[in-house]
Amino acid sequence: MALVSLALAVLRRDLLAAARRGSEWSNPLVFFVMVCALFPLGIGPEPQRLAELAPGILWVVALLASLLASDTVFRSDYDDATLEQMLLSHQALYPQVIAKTLAHWLLSGLPLSLLSPLLGVLLHLPAAGMLALMASLALGSAVLSFIGAIGAALTVGLRKGGLLLSLIILPLYIPVLIFGSSAVKTAVDGGPFLPQLAMLGVFFLIALALAPLAIAGALRISVDQ
Amino acid sequence: MAQTGLEVRQLYSERDDRVLFAELCFTLSAGDVLQIAGPNGSGKTSLLRILAGLSSRYQGDILWHNHSLEQQRADYLQQLLYIGHGAGIKAALSPLENLRWSCALRGLPADDNPIRSALAKVGLRGFEEQACYSLSAGQQRRVNLARLFCIPAQLWILDEPFTAIDQRGVAEIEQWISDFANTGGAILLTTHHRLMINRPLRIIELGER
Amino acid sequence: MSIWTTFHKWGSPRWFYQFSGRLLPWLGGLSLLLLIGGAVWGLALVPPDYKQGNSFRIIYVHVPASAVAMGAYMMMAIAGAIHLIWRMKLAAMVMKAIAPIGASLTFLALLTGAVWGKPTWGTWWVWDARITSVLILFFLYLGVIALHQAFENREAAAKACAVLVIVGAVNIPIIYWSVEWWYSLHQPASIRFIGESSIHPTMLRPLMATMSGMYLFFAWAMLLFTRTEILDRERNTRWVQDIVCSGDKKPESRSVL
Repeated sequence: MALVSLALAVLRRDLLAAARRGSEWSNPLVFFVMVCALFPLGIGPEPQRLAELAPGILWVVALLASLLASDTVFRSDYDDATLEQMLLSHQALYPQVIAKTLAHWLLSGLPLSLLSPLLGVLLHLPAAGMLALMASLALGSAVLSFIGAIGAALTVGLRKGGLLLSLIILPLYIPVLIFGSSAVKTAVDGGPFLPQLAMLGVFFLIALALAPLAIAGALRISVDQ
Repeated sequence: MAQTGLEVRQLYSERDDRVLFAELCFTLSAGDVLQIAGPNGSGKTSLLRILAGLSSRYQGDILWHNHSLEQQRADYLQQLLYIGHGAGIKAALSPLENLRWSCALRGLPADDNPIRSALAKVGLRGFEEQACYSLSAGQQRRVNLARLFCIPAQLWILDEPFTAIDQRGVAEIEQWISDFANTGGAILLTTHHRLMINRPLRIIELGER
Repeated sequence: MSIWTTFHKWGSPRWFYQFSGRLLPWLGGLSLLLLIGGAVWGLALVPPDYKQGNSFRIIYVHVPASAVAMGAYMMMAIAGAIHLIWRMKLAAMVMKAIAPIGASLTFLALLTGAVWGKPTWGTWWVWDARITSVLILFFLYLGVIALHQAFENREAAAKACAVLVIVGAVNIPIIYWSVEWWYSLHQPASIRFIGESSIHPTMLRPLMATMSGMYLFFAWAMLLFTRTEILDRERNTRWVQDIVCSGDKKPESRSVL
């Protein structure tokens, strides 16, 4: 019970702080929209070709947006030294880390998934793929949040974290990208996409179980420099 | 004779091949006030971070109630209140919200009354609901220091607690330190300021080698 | 008890330095012998493949390089775990030493794969499952190297890299399996010319030679890099200064230079 109330307190505080600041969580969304709008300009306006590429484009751009957002997970806590308070709590770091990642997902992955049908329409994604797009993005971005949080925790103590973060976590994003975009493609082709979603669910459970350990360890290392 | 709380044996630490301190030994018992002094870069903050358990870059033994820190970690952290020289608060949140979170981290029941009285004690009555970024640097520091009064602890580790605090505030903090020591707390702090407290004060000078 | 003494002895950089100094010439010589012998055997004595002609012979570099690169990552992860769990400094040095060697071998595997691809598939690059996996392994190595370089503090760099390497090692099976699955979904009409079992024994024997040669080369290079790291880290200790000062007289320190 104590751990649940601890996690809830951390979640509430992070959501509150993000709500007060605003731009931090809306920036990745704007990025998502803008980059998706670049693709028709780059590859031509033919609906057919766009529709064919849409699942891949939407997933890759969503992945980049999530990557961009993940740098902020621990950055402000590190800068204002509230991260030290988290590490010095006698209670476990595990629920705090899960709560922070969950807050990050609520502010980045979830809005991304809610926004995605709009961009699907822009890129002429067939209606059959919309549900798969939203569902796979919602689930997949949660995994991305956990992986991104590992990278963020490792690089939070470095002054030049941004690009380095993408170098170390992009390779780890690949399985999510494969199954996420495949779910959308299968749905567009009229096939069953539940197996792919199930795989994303498996990735999520693995990430939920193991990533917080890596994140907590990485945070201790980053503070101890 | 008061019970020994913290004991440091043969502590050694270096930074970038430069020895910060070596063979450092001291004990800190209930009621003790220990000031770590020394010029900039002499390792004061490093020492406090090591003792708070934030840094592992040392050799030697740190004992808490006669057991090594690693065995006692949860118990030690529960009794420790560390205030570093970072802000320690989220600027976007109000003092009340900040302290609610700090108390939740310590597993304290969600109750605003002790938080409000702590804020009143540090002179922030009326500012409870205002966002911290609209407060002055000294007031923000006071929000962080308010943790001293809403989180029960046996050991305070304070890194430069007087930064950004006005003259009257300095006297207040000195009073708080005396009061805490009188009620059986132990305090370890760094400051460049000459402490005026009505308790016996021990000073360890770093960087004199 | 004796296991622990051995463990601690192994953990002592000084002991490791002296021990590895004796091992180095043997490893180096044997690996040179196997690599050259295997190469001559494979390039000159084995008959050409009935389908691919002579181009298949690059297998004698490609396969050992990719196998060792893969094994090296796992070894790096084990070293990282040992460093985190038992705080053994030597493990951190080994981990740091493996990264550039592993990255180079992975690059070699990619390069030879491309050279091999040109005559067999008619193109330098195909998004084949195995090549893609090796490419991702290369990215993982680069990430580890980049992270290590970004830290100013050596201990923090080692610990952070250890965490990253372990995370990577947990992910590698998932990544490989995902890429396999992805490939099976998009299976293009490519030629699958060599199944693992269909390789002829006359081709296999020189491969075994270069493979073990490559493993020995890896061990040799790893010891060499680790020794350099030991000298750098322990440069303030007496024994390192003794070695450096009398470097001309001691045979074992000469082999480093």
